[in-house]
Amino acid sequence: MRENLPFAIFCALVTGALSVPLLGLKLVSEGTSLAIEGADAETWMLISGGMLAVFLTQLFKSQLSNGLSGIKQSLPANPVSGLSDQKRGQLEKGLLFLVIGLAIIWPFWASRGSIDLATLVLIYVMLGLGLNIVVGLAGLLDLGYVAFYAVGAYSYALLYQYFGFSFWAALPIAGLLAALFGFLLGFPVLRLRGDYLAIVTLGFGEIIRIFLNNLTSLTGGPNGIGSIPKPTMPAVQFEPEFDIVQLEFSRRAKEEGNLPFHEFFGLDYDSATKVVFLYVLALILCLITVFVIRRLTRMPVGRAWEALREDEIACRSLGLSRTGIKLSAFTLGATFAGFAGCFFAARQSFISPESFTFIESAIILAIVVLGGMGSQLGVILAATLMIILPELAREFQEYRMLLFGLMMVLMMIWRPQGLLPMKRPRIELKEAA
Amino acid sequence: MLSVNGISMQFGGLLAVNGVSLEVNQDEIVSIIGPNGAGKTTVFNCISGFYRPTAGAITFNGQAIHNLPDFKISRLGMVRTFQHVRLFNKMTVIENLLVAQHRHLNTNLLSGLFKTPAYRRQEDKAMERAAYWLRKVDLLEFANREAGTLAYGQQRRLEIARCMVTEPDILLLDEPAAGLNPRETKDLDELILSIRHCYNVSVLLIEHDMGLVMGISDRIYVVNQGTPLASGAPDDIKANPDVIKAYLGES
Repeated sequence: MRENLPFAIFCALVTGALSVPLLGLKLVSEGTSLAIEGADAETWMLISGGMLAVFLTQLFKSQLSNGLSGIKQSLPANPVSGLSDQKRGQLEKGLLFLVIGLAIIWPFWASRGSIDLATLVLIYVMLGLGLNIVVGLAGLLDLGYVAFYAVGAYSYALLYQYFGFSFWAALPIAGLLAALFGFLLGFPVLRLRGDYLAIVTLGFGEIIRIFLNNLTSLTGGPNGIGSIPKPTMPAVQFEPEFDIVQLEFSRRAKEEGNLPFHEFFGLDYDSATKVVFLYVLALILCLITVFVIRRLTRMPVGRAWEALREDEIACRSLGLSRTGIKLSAFTLGATFAGFAGCFFAARQSFISPESFTFIESAIILAIVVLGGMGSQLGVILAATLMIILPELAREFQEYRMLLFGLMMVLMMIWRPQGLLPMKRPRIELKEAA
Repeated sequence: MLSVNGISMQFGGLLAVNGVSLEVNQDEIVSIIGPNGAGKTTVFNCISGFYRPTAGAITFNGQAIHNLPDFKISRLGMVRTFQHVRLFNKMTVIENLLVAQHRHLNTNLLSGLFKTPAYRRQEDKAMERAAYWLRKVDLLEFANREAGTLAYGQQRRLEIARCMVTEPDILLLDEPAAGLNPRETKDLDELILSIRHCYNVSVLLIEHDMGLVMGISDRIYVVNQGTPLASGAPDDIKANPDVIKAYLGES
């Protein structure tokens, strides 16, 4: 403690030297000239309180850091680290089914607002899982992932505006277009790794956004595109004749030939059904994403991604084409962002380049890192936290970023491997017990 | 089968390899020896496509390969190991062998997503081949362990097995006995001989362990300071005064 004393006094003085002129002195205009005025007693109290706080933290620095590491030790140790790979796999599968089960029965008692929020969470789960392919599995740091999300969203918006495409027709096209953009981005950045790759992808993300912003004649620029129709539900009609009809969730059908959902089923109109339908749709898209990516990780291409992350030179010596593997990761990752973007456009009914700024890429990347690279359950958990916490902390709006930063710092100290670091499912040889 | 004609490799002002030629015929075990820094590994890197030689030509099974990228050369049936073992350390032993069979597998995404029978058959076959080679190099019991946790000698054997599951025509081994104890070196000796004998795979070898080199090589090339010094059968090399001079220094 004694050895900290001089430094603690120094730090307190620096705090004082900084805060007295900044907070303690005020400029007041008196007629045409400015006068300096001292602050009120309360501010002086706060300044001296701040100095005292800095002094004390510096003085008891070692005790404090001991206390912090005590917290770290008291945190539950990684609950799965002791298990064998097989048990771990079973556990992950079980938990995944549990989460899915909860997600299915949950809307029955949840409020409309929370279902709407959950839909947003599901969009981010989809984005997180998609980026997880690129960052977590293939180990390519992509900071411009939001570009593919934008491509998906604008595909649907533009296809609707100019060609009258419905959501269902636009969904696969949005995925394909995003994949195409992923492929195009993949080509020039194949030779890059690490920091360089991050910078180029960051640039790509911005290019797409600025492009959309300035192509006013086509995209409406910063005004965005509005009145994008919500997804319809396909249903089989038996009377008057056998047909497949699209059900809308508004009071009256807007499109020719579509029926309102409540009329078709003979129910009273309830505006909440629309919210629930969007939730269910997002859930289905999410489940497909989870399933496809789970399969991918067990397939040769998933193994190749991990191998390329581990040792590129060894991969090449075994005849694996670096180009093909990296492109497949970029393309597949982008596809899921395209689907998510298409759904996002349909849910919002309005999109503008504002929705696709860099902060979105950062949030999605934070979800992947927070969840634990490569772990699906981790990504789901992290997406839930990252979207719901800021909503709960709406009163602390100004401090949101501060809390974000604090959370990230604490994570890096306590759980650098993510919340639920789970390994890629292993393929086991049965003969070798 | 493999013929290297006067290749040179220049890095800026440094001529690392100068006019090296060599020949490997079907079912032969050929060694390259030379003092440290003689350019042996550079020759390997040129042959396997990691470097593009600045002069000279390399043909493999009648095809010129000195302008092909490394992964294409490997697909033609020439695979290599590395001086410092390069395994996929975080992947299990069996997965290391599955990755190596990547190009033999059905990489069609849809058939994998729906686990079509053809896809399953291929995966099973890949597993079988991997298990076969694990038994062969005596690593079957470690199949589900992470490759990085194996002992050094086992990692060396795994690297050779990983090459062999790609079903190559020629195997390039870069100092396979480095860091092995005498017993392991003897096992390696037998493994290389059986690879040649049972699978008709030619072997090109860089090695410092003279006991191993003299015992198994059909022919030996000596490289010193990037230039070819001598070539011939092991007994000729042993008696060659230039080689002795290069290794022991002039007196």
